[in-house]
Amino acid sequence: MLNDFIQQFGPSTVGGLVAGSIYALVALGYTMVYGVLRLINFAHSEIFMIGTFATLFVLSLIGLPGPLTGLALVGMIVLLLVAAMAVSGGAAVLLEIIAYRPLRKRNAPRLAALISAIGASVFLQEFFALVVIPDVFHKPGRIDAAVPRLVDRDTVFTIFGADIKTDQLVIFVAAVVMMVVLDQLVARTRIGRGIRATAQDPEAAVLMGVNIDTIVRLTFLLGGAMAGVAGVLYAMEFENISYKIGFVLGIKAFTAAVLGGIGNIRGALVGGIALGLVENWGAIFFGSQWKDVIAFVILVVVLLFRPTGILGESLQQARA
Amino acid sequence: MTEETNPRVGSPLTRVRHAVGGLGDTLRDRWADAPRWQRWLVYVLLLALAIAAPSPLIGSFMSPYTDWTSLLFNPIGIYILLAIGLNIVVGHAGLLDLGYVAFFAIGAYTLAYLGIKHGFAFWPTLILGMAFASISGVILGAPTLRLRGDYLAIVTLGFGEIVRITAVNTDAIGGARGLTPVPHPPSVFGVEFTLDPLPYYYLVLAMIVLAIVFSLRLERSRVGRAWTAIREDEDAAELMGVPTFKFKLLAFAIGALIGGLAGVVWSGKVIFIAPTNFPFILSATILAAVLLGGAGNIPGIVVGAFLIAWLPERFRGFADYRILVFGAALVIMMALRPQGLLPSRRRSAEIAEHTGSSMGAEVADPRAAPVEVPK
Amino acid sequence: MTGPETTQPAVPDPGQPPALELDNVVMRFGGVVALREVNLRVEQGQIAALIGPNGAGKTTVFNVVTGVCRPTEGAVRFLGQRIDGVKRFKIVKQGVARTFQNIRLFANMSALENVMVGVDAHHRTGAVGAALGLPWHRHEEKQGRAKAAELLDFVGISHRLTEGASNLPYGDQRRLEIARALATDPKLLLLDEPAAGMNPAEKRSLQELIRRIRDSGRTVLLIEHDMGLVMDISDRITVLDFGQKISEGLPREVRADPRVIEAYLGAPADAS
Repeated sequence: MLNDFIQQFGPSTVGGLVAGSIYALVALGYTMVYGVLRLINFAHSEIFMIGTFATLFVLSLIGLPGPLTGLALVGMIVLLLVAAMAVSGGAAVLLEIIAYRPLRKRNAPRLAALISAIGASVFLQEFFALVVIPDVFHKPGRIDAAVPRLVDRDTVFTIFGADIKTDQLVIFVAAVVMMVVLDQLVARTRIGRGIRATAQDPEAAVLMGVNIDTIVRLTFLLGGAMAGVAGVLYAMEFENISYKIGFVLGIKAFTAAVLGGIGNIRGALVGGIALGLVENWGAIFFGSQWKDVIAFVILVVVLLFRPTGILGESLQQARA
Repeated sequence: MTEETNPRVGSPLTRVRHAVGGLGDTLRDRWADAPRWQRWLVYVLLLALAIAAPSPLIGSFMSPYTDWTSLLFNPIGIYILLAIGLNIVVGHAGLLDLGYVAFFAIGAYTLAYLGIKHGFAFWPTLILGMAFASISGVILGAPTLRLRGDYLAIVTLGFGEIVRITAVNTDAIGGARGLTPVPHPPSVFGVEFTLDPLPYYYLVLAMIVLAIVFSLRLERSRVGRAWTAIREDEDAAELMGVPTFKFKLLAFAIGALIGGLAGVVWSGKVIFIAPTNFPFILSATILAAVLLGGAGNIPGIVVGAFLIAWLPERFRGFADYRILVFGAALVIMMALRPQGLLPSRRRSAEIAEHTGSSMGAEVADPRAAPVEVPK
Repeated sequence: MTGPETTQPAVPDPGQPPALELDNVVMRFGGVVALREVNLRVEQGQIAALIGPNGAGKTTVFNVVTGVCRPTEGAVRFLGQRIDGVKRFKIVKQGVARTFQNIRLFANMSALENVMVGVDAHHRTGAVGAALGLPWHRHEEKQGRAKAAELLDFVGISHRLTEGASNLPYGDQRRLEIARALATDPKLLLLDEPAAGMNPAEKRSLQELIRRIRDSGRTVLLIEHDMGLVMDISDRITVLDFGQKISEGLPREVRADPRVIEAYLGAPADAS
């Protein structure tokens, strides 16, 4: 058993880093919205799913001759990222306007927002299965859709006995770059300050001239955009998407957000990577069919013993 | 972040909302003020209606596409029973459970496994199924009930999924292929339980009546008082001598018990069960039934569960779209009338004043209390 | 301000343990020290008062005694037994009850139901008995209802039996809170600013009530800002400032203590 572990440790770790990057990107959306609104955006998982289909759409539209390399690859990835970020970000903002904003305006109890979120999540899944996939993609709505290969699986280099392949490298790099960009955006820009102020104390923020509605919309936009990025990377890597891939991944991403410290942006990164690694290492011992269970168990354990997460609650202290 | 809403002003939408609400409130007030004999009369009439329900006359209108009696059993009867159980957790104790389907599954698998592999009879297995489900409720609740906030919701969701995934991965209980043939109940008073849905309907009806009676009795006792006190102000309740943790756990256990009961009864009819019978959407559906009717209020949730179970079947033409409509309905309902169709007076007040449990969705901090609590 | 003759201060019986004892209690919240080595002693059968300027730590003392927070250092004893670290509802069962500075009634329950929650603290039948409607359970319910009604009468609001707690006028809400606390049958009753917001007539009535509570065999510790009421009714007063005890003793002793005067007025007292 230990032998197995040592042998598989390398590739498992690499796999964990890749999955973890995707979790981290989606976790950003959960953590930001929770930080600002104290709301679990249940439908964020579908924002991610939308990003994967945006990717498929662009790829189908352009028509890939085969896997790309070099400048063409970079260009294509940038195009996909822009497209997915726009679509997912836009969808997130729409979601806020339709499902959450009316509740905020009426000062409805937050439970209502959670139920509304569940409704929106279910609606979006079915909408894709019944309308979007058949009409836009001309495929049966409930069957997995294949994504054409964009990146080769060639080994770029080997480290500690583990092969690092092109796709894995691309994903990891893209994820880290986007997360750094977001982190800097929140830390250094006026917009970011507005978000942090609102998360910390909305009433004071209003007194400082912050427009809460705009901040909320921006938060959804940014979180959604990151989920869009995750969608591109996911589609690229797993090459298989469906209307329901958001569900489990969403819960895992939320787990990652809690693990890293809810409301904490850097925590989302740490939590995501940590979850990806633990999940994959655990799979060596228990078998990959138990991966999802591992994630849920982690969620429970973290909430019980260290609910503030690894990095603790953020710069934005959670209001009690 | 908020705006006062003036109920007099408004778009037609707001006025409709208030009209519906007004009707619901009037009904409820009339009921509360009615003398005892009137109430008993209504109970008897309702029971008579329920017993007469499987008639083909009613069936031809209510269910043109499928066998009406079968529909009365499942999903109508089963959803109602599940809603009563979930209501104890969500409506009485104010705890948000998104993984209720797990208890349903445990009950169902108990009968399937013990019945098929070990030849257990129905009735003893019913007790066992309820016991297993209840114990699971305690196991789930013991570590997690300390969490307030949306976190309890997500954790319970996770539990529901863990149960389902475990069922898929465990070949001993059938794995992804499920278990079959689940034994039927033995004949009662000479009535056989085979393929005719009628005896099953009466069985589930009996269970529903029992569950309602127990639920109401609990509500009117110190247990119900404790749950209400916990919902209103958990810390004050604790300081008045209410062992809040114990009562929250009790709510979980009783809710799980009823879920398990429904599971056993259901699997006793359907012959074949598989993990795909227990998706998260079922938890969400039952929760919606409870909320639609007005959490905490038995007539409300019976109506809510009935509607949610029956409408998609009645309007089969839209069957494909039913989950889509369900999702949209949740969003719309929360926007228009978050307290449900027939909320109890108390519940309406709670929602209006933001007191009472918003089922934890209010509190930001996932930890139980903001001050140090002696362990 | 002048009321009926104060009853004789209870003479501490050396054989009996004090109703409440704080033993060098320190309470720290993060960087803030709310209580510094507070020593407090309330003998059985006394009416004791805890006074001090705002923020002195008085409610923190109540929180420590009722188990809302656990003392960082030191011990809390009730009738000689340690209660720091004991679960809150257990402390109530042992016989300590309280009211709150900002009234915390169960707003959407009736007055009677509120008090019944307190009575339930000693109710023995569990859920099974309730669900099955066992005769013992019904008996306890009836008894509980009767006891609750009796308590509402004791505090003087029996005419409010069925009204929703949030509909009661302010003074009645305070009385209801007291009734609810009494329902748990406490040996020690902690009242947190019971006279706040009351007019003089209500305050006289409250004084009467507190005396009746003591006379029924209980010990009372109250936090109050109304000095007239405090001086009139207390057997013994402890004064806190900035989390420290700065004085204690008989009312007339405390009233004359220059440290107390300084704490309230913020300036050295004139020599007079």
